[in-house]
Amino acid sequence: MTNLPRAVVLLLGLLTNLAWADGRLLATGGASSIEGAAGGGITPWAVLSGYGERGEWGADVFATRVETGDYRLDVAGVGASFDNRIELSYARQRFDLGTLARNLNLPENSLSQDIFGLKVRLFGDLIYEQLPQVSVGIQHKRQKDFLIPSLIGAQRSEDTEGYISASRLILGGAFGYNLLLNGGVRYSRANELGLLGFGGDRRDRHSVLKEGSLAVLFNPRWALGVEYREKPDNLSFAGESDWADLFLGYFPNKHLAVVLAYARLGEIATLDNQDGVYLSVQGSF
Amino acid sequence: MRTLLLIVVVLMLAACAQQPPKDASLYHELGEQAGITRIVEGMLLNIAADPRIVRHFENIDIVRLRDKLVEQICVEAGGPCSYTGDSMEESHKGQHLTPSDFNALVENLQDAMSAQGVNMAAQNRLLARLAPMRAQIIDR
Repeated sequence: MTNLPRAVVLLLGLLTNLAWADGRLLATGGASSIEGAAGGGITPWAVLSGYGERGEWGADVFATRVETGDYRLDVAGVGASFDNRIELSYARQRFDLGTLARNLNLPENSLSQDIFGLKVRLFGDLIYEQLPQVSVGIQHKRQKDFLIPSLIGAQRSEDTEGYISASRLILGGAFGYNLLLNGGVRYSRANELGLLGFGGDRRDRHSVLKEGSLAVLFNPRWALGVEYREKPDNLSFAGESDWADLFLGYFPNKHLAVVLAYARLGEIATLDNQDGVYLSVQGSF
Repeated sequence: MRTLLLIVVVLMLAACAQQPPKDASLYHELGEQAGITRIVEGMLLNIAADPRIVRHFENIDIVRLRDKLVEQICVEAGGPCSYTGDSMEESHKGQHLTPSDFNALVENLQDAMSAQGVNMAAQNRLLARLAPMRAQIIDR
């Protein structure tokens, strides 16, 4: 975590010398997903971080907390895009085991991982062209506290996964309001995002996992939407539930976004009914 | 995968070719001739103060531009007008407008419509009529 502020300062310093980026319309950079890629909260979208259009840079920094009562997930990260074509992102996740660590007297009370992301827009445009915006991405994940995952059957502490995502903003598509549609497929074997390692005793192969979201923009600044993310089920010690959330996004200007959500995370590492509050704050440059 | 395909198909249909407006309801919502004129003038004033794109509007006949934009929006909104200006390709030739320039104009138009009290649904309907023209405007 100590390297993160330094990276942010470095990135900001770099950006002040580059083409200023606000060529895209408000909210079309999305928020920052919990894995660092531009998107919603729990899924990446085909849009790229920041507001850079052709020939411009865009970037964002974000911090997110998800609190379920039993668990807490903290995420901080950065994303940068160039030319509305390519996006690089980094996120550090820290998963606080709270109740579970106390109940089971676990050797560690939190699990962390680093996520390095690359996303490339293949074709299309979010709003204007005939085809929707379609991007592919890869995420390389390094779980940092592998003792507990190894004891419950996880096979490795490091893995790479890929996804393809299509996004479209339909002007007036929801009873006159703008409608954002997003659908994607992920190829992954990450247990609980990778916080519980990758692959398991039950299944050690990548799964094809569906992700999607839908949002209505009541005006350029406010969005209300839902997200869904299918998850694999690789470990026999506990089930892993698909995730869903209901979110409210506020984009007062091209430098700030705040997302508040109610997330249904189901069973996580034997504790069921993990419903929680999600709050994310993003700064864009 | 089927879900994704379905979404892609829906999105492609949504982006289908431009039909003429089916009635004059948008024209009325924009405030007819007087309202559209105020929107266009508001947009041009916003552009005059927008360092991102104001240079593209220097050395042109701004009164003529206003009149042609009013005609064009009137037609796109289903109003009783005809557009007498040049084609979009012709009128933007040599300007080398970028996607960012186009979006900046959209923002100035949105602000002008909001300032005139045009409701969000009507704003989106007009933007949906104008969005397909981007391909004929940028990179000329």
